[in-house]
Parts: sequence; structure tokens; C-alpha cells
Amino acid sequence: MCLAIPVRVEALQEDEMALVDIGGIRKSVSIALVEDVAVGDYVILHVGYALNKIDPEEAERTLALFAEMGELEQIASEAAAQL
Amino acid sequence: MKYVDEFRDGQLAQELAQKIKREVQPGRQYHLMEFCGGHTHAIFRYGIPDLLPPEVKMIHGPGCPVCVLPIVRIDSAIELAMDHGVILCTYGDMMRVPGSRKMSLLKAKAEGADVRMVYSTLDALALARQNPEREVVFFAIGFETTTPPTAMAIQQAERLGIKNFSVFCNHVLTPSAISTILESPEVRELGTLPLDGFVGPAHVSTVIGSQPYEYFAEEYQSPVVIAGFEPLDVLQAILMLVRQINEGRAEVENEFTRAVSRDGNLKAKRIVADTFEMRREFEWRGLGMVPYSGLKIKARFAAFDAEKRFTLKRRSARENKACECPAILRGVKTPRDCKLFGTVCTPENPIGSCMVSSEGACAAHYSYGRYRDHLAADTPSNLIQKSEA
Repeated sequence: MCLAIPVRVEALQEDEMALVDIGGIRKSVSIALVEDVAVGDYVILHVGYALNKIDPEEAERTLALFAEMGELEQIASEAAAQL
Repeated sequence: MKYVDEFRDGQLAQELAQKIKREVQPGRQYHLMEFCGGHTHAIFRYGIPDLLPPEVKMIHGPGCPVCVLPIVRIDSAIELAMDHGVILCTYGDMMRVPGSRKMSLLKAKAEGADVRMVYSTLDALALARQNPEREVVFFAIGFETTTPPTAMAIQQAERLGIKNFSVFCNHVLTPSAISTILESPEVRELGTLPLDGFVGPAHVSTVIGSQPYEYFAEEYQSPVVIAGFEPLDVLQAILMLVRQINEGRAEVENEFTRAVSRDGNLKAKRIVADTFEMRREFEWRGLGMVPYSGLKIKARFAAFDAEKRFTLKRRSARENKACECPAILRGVKTPRDCKLFGTVCTPENPIGSCMVSSEGACAAHYSYGRYRDHLAADTPSNLIQKSEA
């Protein structure tokens, strides 16, 4: 029920609808609940509606957090030591 | 798939698990409740319990909307379909949930009622337009994620002048359910349900934001980390909770910043506020009557409110006495504690709602966790004895 997925907006359509790509399948969904959706945006799709956009910068930041948490802390402490 | 695969990296999962193991303090227990059914599903599907040290216990909360809907509301939906001759449409996972006397919408359909499964409220609206001579009722359930699409459908029906469409509204609110858990005697008085922190819902929070959880952190001194639904998200959130607990902090942290802000989706919240208002109380399976926990359609949209449009009989409904769903939903018992689990009650023949939805604790445990139980029971010494015998 709550299992929503990220999808890429391929084209904007009439009546606040958009064509999205769901792992290779194209489907028309509503973007009426989200402001300023553009082609190329990733949105979270749930029961036929985009619920929110995915922020690519924040996604990268989260991935960096997983991968380099220890290293990042080291870089930060080194940077602090140089100040 | 972009924004899916990179959050499922097995190597990174192992590393995160190692970090959790290193930071867990010896002799300390970490009881973490994941509120959302999506997390329950992810935790079992990706075998997260196997990666966690024994000090960290995940408790499955009441975050599956199918599981918390009381039988009396399912009976009302079946009554709409069978006695009022409407086209009743709903999301797929509602179809097999048993009401009273093992009746379900799927059985009602087999007996001739016009019950349709829809993927979206848009499909329900389309059905109403295609069948102008019939009454079409959308059986709406769900938390804050499914509520905005229902609100959109009602507003669109009004805009388009669709007269034969109405909604049987069963939308419920996450924060009031969390309050009820924290106020429950199991947590406050008996101490039978220790709760050291919450994994906050992913998609609910994309709509309501992280702000509503600040109250729990402050009032109950309970740390909350909002997390996405991928396995790395869940592990990262567990690590963040372990750190908060170790440091004696109780704050709202957001692991799911790629989709959740403090305020959430303002446009969606506005549409919901325009369309719905709070019910004074609403019944939840497992939690009983919870004040200000459900939504009803505002009087302005009464024409689209199935509860106003049809006279529904309010019968008291009987739960199966042996079914432990209510205790499982409160986190007091686990699926294994239920006599019916995996014997009488299976996903093919569910007795309780926790076995119906794939996000229910019982269904998730049945699909992904029950072989682990057998392995745990067959300890190496048992296996040796068996092979010798």
C-alpha cells in the first residue's frame, strides 16, 4: 500500500498529468500534488500520483554518507586542524 | 533503477552493519519501533535482522493501513457493495481482508457484487464517468500518503460535475497513532513494551514533513529518525538511533532528506485541509478508539461522502478470538506468538489483517522470516542429535 517508487518524468501532459518511466514501462500519472515538475525530474510515485520530487543533491549526499562516513569525518577534522 | 539500486548495495549494507555493531554499547538494549509497514516489509525482505547485533531489536508498529482498519468498516464496505448495488472500488490489498463471518470483498464479488480493484483514485473517477447510470463508491483507506490522492478525486469530481461518485473515507493519521503507542499502558505503566526510539515513516513524511515528530522527541524524550524504504536507508537510520541513544539525545533526525523536508509537501497538505476535517475519534484495530486520529469529508463536499449518501447499518463486528493481530499491531506480541500463524492463517488464506497486506508483520514474517525461525530452532547441537538418530 505504501510501497511507492522513484520514477523519472519523461514528458509533461495536459491536465497536470505526466508520462513517467517505471523501470522501462511508461505510464501516465498525476503531478497535480507537486509544484513545478519538469522533464528529467525524479518523483516519488504512489497510487498514481507523484507525492514529491527527489532532490538529486540530497540523494548524492546520503549516498556519500553511507560510503564515506569515516573518511568524511577525517576530512572535516583535518580541515578544522588547518584553520 | 536510479535512486533504487544505489540504496541496495550489499557491500555498503555490511559496512553499515559493522558500524552498528561497533557502536552498540555492551549490556545495553536498543528497542526500536519501525512505525511504517513499508519498513517492516523492507526489514524482512532484505534480512536486516540477520545483520543486526542481538542488542538491537526491531519492533513492528501499527503502520500498515490495511492492518489497522477495524472489521466493522470492512463490513460496511461489503454492505455498500452487496446491499446498495454500487460499483465499489478500492486498492488491491483491501480485497481479501476478512470482515465478519470470513466475508471479504473478493467473496462478495464472487457472489455477484460489483467490486473493482483500482490502482488509483483516477481510475475510480474514470469508472464513474464511464457508468453514469451507476453509483460508484471509492473505499478509501490509508495514511497521509494516500489521503491527498483521495482529496484530489473529490475536488475533481466536484469540478467536473460528476454526480455518481462518492468516497467511503477511512483515512487515518500517523502522529496520533504514535501518541497512542507512547501513551499505552504497555509502554508507560507495565514496561512490557520498551521503546527506545522510532524509525519514522518515509512516504508519509514526504507529505507531512519532519515537523510533526518534534513533539514526540520533546514530550516523550523519544528519538525519531525518518528513513527511506531501501535497506541502506533503514540501516543508516538504525545507526543514527543507536548514536542518539548512546549520547542521551532525543531529537528528530532526517535520513530521507532526498524527499522529506521539515514542512513536507505544502500543496498536498493544503488540498487535504480543504477537503477533510478531523473525526472526534476513530476506531483502530489493535489500538481501539483513538481521539482525533481519522479524517472525514468536510460538509461542503457532503455530496461526495458515501457515509452521508447511503444509510449504513452499524453492526458490532466480531474478531476471531484466536487472532493476535491486535497485540501484534501494538508491538506487544510477534507473529510467532500467534497460534494461527503459518498453520490456519497464511497469505493464501488470511484470518487476520496482518497476514493480508504484504506490509503486515505476519505476511512479511511468513514470506521472508519463517525459515529463519526453523534455523534458530534447529541449533547445531539439535542437528547433530537428529543426524545421529
